[in-house]
Formats: sequence, C-alpha cells, structure tokens
Amino acid sequence: MSSPARVVIVGASIGGLTVAESLRDEGFDGEITLLGDEPHLPYTRPPLSKQILAGEWQPEQAAIRTAAELDGLGIRVLTGRAATGLDVEARTLHTDDGALPFDELVIATGTRPRPHPVLAEASTLRTMDDALRLRERMETARRVAVIGSGILGSEIASAARKRDAEVLLVGRSGSLGFGGVGTLLSDELTRLHEQHGVELALRAELVGAELAGAGLAPNASGSTTLAFADGTSRAVDLVVAMIGGTPRTEWLAASTLDLADGVVCDHLGVAAPGISAVGDVAAWLDPITGRHRRVEHQSNAIEQAIAVAARLAHGGEGAQPVPLFWSEIHGTRIHAYGWFDPERPLAELPKTSDSPGTVSGSHDEAGELRGVVGWNAPPRDFRTARAAVVTTIRPLVAHS
Amino acid sequence: MSILVQTDACVGAGQCALVAPDVFDQDDNGIVLLLEPDPQGADLAAATRAVRLCPARAIALSTT
Repeated sequence: MSSPARVVIVGASIGGLTVAESLRDEGFDGEITLLGDEPHLPYTRPPLSKQILAGEWQPEQAAIRTAAELDGLGIRVLTGRAATGLDVEARTLHTDDGALPFDELVIATGTRPRPHPVLAEASTLRTMDDALRLRERMETARRVAVIGSGILGSEIASAARKRDAEVLLVGRSGSLGFGGVGTLLSDELTRLHEQHGVELALRAELVGAELAGAGLAPNASGSTTLAFADGTSRAVDLVVAMIGGTPRTEWLAASTLDLADGVVCDHLGVAAPGISAVGDVAAWLDPITGRHRRVEHQSNAIEQAIAVAARLAHGGEGAQPVPLFWSEIHGTRIHAYGWFDPERPLAELPKTSDSPGTVSGSHDEAGELRGVVGWNAPPRDFRTARAAVVTTIRPLVAHS
Repeated sequence: MSILVQTDACVGAGQCALVAPDVFDQDDNGIVLLLEPDPQGADLAAATRAVRLCPARAIALSTT
C-alpha cells in the first residue's frame, strides 16, 4: 500500500492530535491538516473535571502543544473550524469555511454531553469553556446537585466537596458506575462518597425543576428546586448533569457512513475506504465481544490513534487497544485495565507491599485474569497485575 | 534528545514505567520518576512510545 499524500483529521482533541503526531513518528511526510471547532489549540480533557474545576490549574496548563511546535511538526491546525459534511465517494470534507479534499480522512469528533430531558439548562462539562463556566458557578454555589452516576458525576461531586459545597449526587439506577468496570465498584464508591460527605440519592428520578430568580443562568444567584419521582424536592444553587454523551456525527447524517452508534468501523478503525475514526465517536468492532462498541476513555483514543496512524503510514495493523482508565475521587486513585464481566465480582489479588491500597482482578470463565482494578494501589503492584492480564482475543464468556 | 516530566500533570497510569522501565519509574503515589533523562538506542525508542501513550501528556521529548 502506498502512503496517502493528504491526511485530513476532523477533531483537534487528543485522538485527532495523536493521529497527526503519530503519523510523523511513523515517518509520514505528506500533508496533515487537523481541524477543530473549538477556538483553542489541542488540550487534554481529563484535567477539566479535576484540576481545572478544583481551581488548581489555569487553562494553559492543559494545553498540549504550542502553535510553534505544531508548525515544526508540519501539522496545519485549523481552530474554530467545523466540519459540515462529507462526500465519501469524492473524498471531500465540507466545512463551514470551504471544502478540503483528502486521500485519507480520520474522524475524531468525540461526543457532546446529552442534555438532561427534564432540565436541559443544567450545567454540563465537555470542553474547556464548559469547565471555566462551571468553575465560576462553583465558586459561589453552596448547594450543588450532580446528576449522573458515572465517573464524571463522581469526579464533579468530588471537586464540589473540595470547595466545601453541600453535594447531592443523583443517579437513576441503584448503583454507581466506573466506566468499563461497570457497577462492580459501586459499593466502594458509595462508601467513598459517604465518607467525604456527599449525600447520595440513587434510584432517584428527576421529574421537574423550578427556577427561582435567575436560576440557572450563567453566573446567576438564585436557586433551583428539583422535584423527584418519589415526591421529594430539594433546593440547590447549581445543577450539573453528566448523564452521558452523544457521538458528534450530525455533520455526517447525509453521508453513506454507518452511524448506528457513532461511526461504525471494523477492528482496524476503517469506516469506509479512505475513512477511519478514532476515540469517543468511533465504534470499532471489538474482537473480544464481537460487537461494535464505543469506548469513551482518553487512553482508548490515544491507542486507536497510534494504530490508525501506523496503518495509514505503512499499512500495518497496529495493536488492539486494551481499555485503560483512571480517576481520582476524593483523593483516592482508581485505575482500571482490561475487560470486566459485570456478572462476576472482583477478587482481591495479592500485593507485595503493606500499603492500605488494593488490587483486584476480574477473571473469565476459564479462570484467567482479564481485568484489574487498583484502588490506591501501590503502583508497582498495579503494573505487575496488569502485565498478567490476558489480552489475547478471546471472549470473556464462551459462546454457546 | 532529553526527557522532561511534568509531575503535577501525571495521573499515575503507569504507561511509561511499563513500556520504558529503564527510563521511568513511579513513586508510592504513582507519580512519574525519571530514571534516565538522556536515553539512547532502544531506551529512546521506548521512551518515545511512552511520550505518545501517556494519557496525561505529562512527559515530553526535548530536542534541545
């Protein structure tokens, strides 16, 4: 396979940027154009819900590359530029400022937060601008409700407690989730939140909200009264809804791509000839489960980007990404690596030091280690455990 | 080529110590420790891979 002359990458966050950088690592010397609809140069998102929200970092600290560095790598970056359409046959990307022809296109447009069905005005968090707005609101909010029982809900609850606000964490389901680990850590997370003064309202469905005063307007004082299905209500100063993301594929609606849930790709990230997708927006075929699945984690975006760049540069297949994700909630460091069967409880693994942290594992039907979770784990123990995870392509549960 | 680490960005994922164990280690909190600021040969290749894999972009390769 000869390498393409022009690569266009849509989405200038970690996935898109890593494709561009990795193409250069692989010796690709053609044109690379990276476009993103945000006004900022590429920055990392994980600190948004942590250091940025807690006020420990300024926005510049989340920046990844300077304009000069990108220029030095020969990566043309178009900020504030949105993709508006794709002609798969003609290999042309349409944008809000003209068309860009390409030999290879990489879609890395990520997701946008799903608005809460009852309270679309609630604050949410995806971009740097979202984080800075939310941070400003958090500076004055004394009573914060966080809606959403996933990792981001837990992180925002943690950031609000750091600021000493009263925090109510609301989830529709009866448990707390942790990405690909599912609800296997729910009891531990529940205990952790309770120990740090977060009030939990699980199996609680928000059915209405009444705004008093300026309510939810940015920078406003005033409160919102939340009404729940069980008839209770609660007045708060700030509502943050983190109930999941929607893949940003609306600009592809008129294209011929399969958009069942995000951009549907094969196990190498190919959506159509000349078109690949990486990161949160991409539903790669997962050889472990045999299903197309979107994975919304930073490390997945990075590993997919490295694999796609290697394939575009010289036709290699690249390594299959293994899920790796982490969080820090109320100062507790949680890391997870591999695959987790929601039906099987985690089993604690031996460790070498006498630190209070733990490493637990998820085993498949054959008793093989397929995933590990570190809970304030000694780093060496977590590394040893993850090196023992069986990552060969084999289903977690035998198909009958 | 030299390696720069930004410890306040590090999230302790341990990718670096896993792929380039002669260049990076982690302290008790998981934070990156630089063992070899000026790696050569295979260690440099491994360190380059670590730079790309770091989920926090906490390590960088400097040409100066």
